[in-house]
Amino acid sequence: MASRPESIAPPEIFYDDVEARKYTSSSRIVQIQAELSERALELLALPEDGVPKLLLDIGCGSGLSGETLSEDGHHWIGLDISPSMLNIAVEREVEGDLLLADMGQGLGIRPGVIDGAISISAVQWLCNADKSSHNPRLRLKAFFTSLYKCLSNGARAVFQVYPENIDQRELILNAAMRAGFAGGIVVDFPHSSKKRKEFLVLTCGQRSMNASVPNGKDEDGESCSDDDMEEDENQTVCISDRHRPRKRPKTNKSGKGREWIMRKKDQMKRRGNVVPPNTKYTGRKRKDRF
Amino acid sequence: MRLLTHNMLSSNIKGVTNGFPLRIEAVKVEEKTVEMNTDFLKNMFVKIDWKVLVEASRTLGYAELPEEGDSSFLESDEFLSRFHHALLELHLEEGALICPETGRRFPVTKGIPNMLLHEDEV
Ligand SMILES: C[S@@+](CC[C@H](N)C(=O)[O-])C[C@H]1O[C@@H](n2cnc3c(N)ncnc32)[C@H](O)[C@@H]1O
Repeated sequence: MASRPESIAPPEIFYDDVEARKYTSSSRIVQIQAELSERALELLALPEDGVPKLLLDIGCGSGLSGETLSEDGHHWIGLDISPSMLNIAVEREVEGDLLLADMGQGLGIRPGVIDGAISISAVQWLCNADKSSHNPRLRLKAFFTSLYKCLSNGARAVFQVYPENIDQRELILNAAMRAGFAGGIVVDFPHSSKKRKEFLVLTCGQRSMNASVPNGKDEDGESCSDDDMEEDENQTVCISDRHRPRKRPKTNKSGKGREWIMRKKDQMKRRGNVVPPNTKYTGRKRKDRF
Repeated sequence: MRLLTHNMLSSNIKGVTNGFPLRIEAVKVEEKTVEMNTDFLKNMFVKIDWKVLVEASRTLGYAELPEEGDSSFLESDEFLSRFHHALLELHLEEGALICPETGRRFPVTKGIPNMLLHEDEV
């Protein structure tokens, strides 16, 4: 298997002039990125009022993803850390405005002005520590908190991501939830190792209280819900919504015990949910006064 | 960069409490005609900081916006076309954006502001 670009070099080095041109002239990549962007735009679920919106494209690269936004009539601001990718975007005369910026430093955008954000194949880069001063946790935090602030109430952000493993997915999702977002992960084509695609669908603010995560897509394009494969490892939809009222546990005098809790937590983790780490307090009996 | 984007950007330097608006230093400005969409303008009007747009468009050499913006103006075609022009048709191609608090320059080349922070600014 080819190694991940993320493990070769920092993004602004990996996407140099040669790589940026190669990336953008591959008809296969162009097509994949367009499909991913269309799906992300669909998951953004913008109001269907025909009014153009102001959107962000985070890690916009050479503008492949942004073009989908333009085709739908929206205005967008794209930011990327690679000057070479942005140069190609200028060459291709994309319609969005471009910023040379590092999302890990946080977004310098006024509060509440953005109608929605997409990011295609970029956010997993934040999980790397490319410089000694880089702390992935802090960079993810800076990114998600600043994104949360600049989105208007009820706006969504949809990220197509390639996490390297479960830990990375959890790291990203955790940072998003901590910043106040509600939402979860939508997986399209969960049973195909080639076509499998993950989208983080996040909602910001009041209206997120009743946000639900849409279903992923299956081979035949049908949407599939999670209840037909309850115990399946390849869950299609994982909902990690901290605003969702917790199900009241059935009161049981003896309690479920530490073992049961650990097993349940493992199960949740495998589904990509955010699970607090196990500590000596996990499953410990509470004091009576509780 | 269009003034739409300028109106949304603020300086992100650590410790800066009011990084908006970034002052514009214009070296090269371009105009590109785009189709007008009245609904978009009406939606944007409430988000735009009008004074900042007036000031910025002047810096780019366009002085046709009224000093005060009022939503009742949105009924006027004349107003809408000026608003449209200032917001979406003027491009800062070369120059700089200056942080209002620290004076730090963010250079703009080929229409792209370089907003990357130095390590001690994060
Ligand atoms: C696989 S490309 C995708 C580009 C574009 N979204 C598309 O669909 O074609 C990933 C992009 O993320 C950018 N990127 C990686 N880390 C970044 C960061 N910290 N801030 C901004 N952009 C970043 C890279 O420079 C690269 O252009």
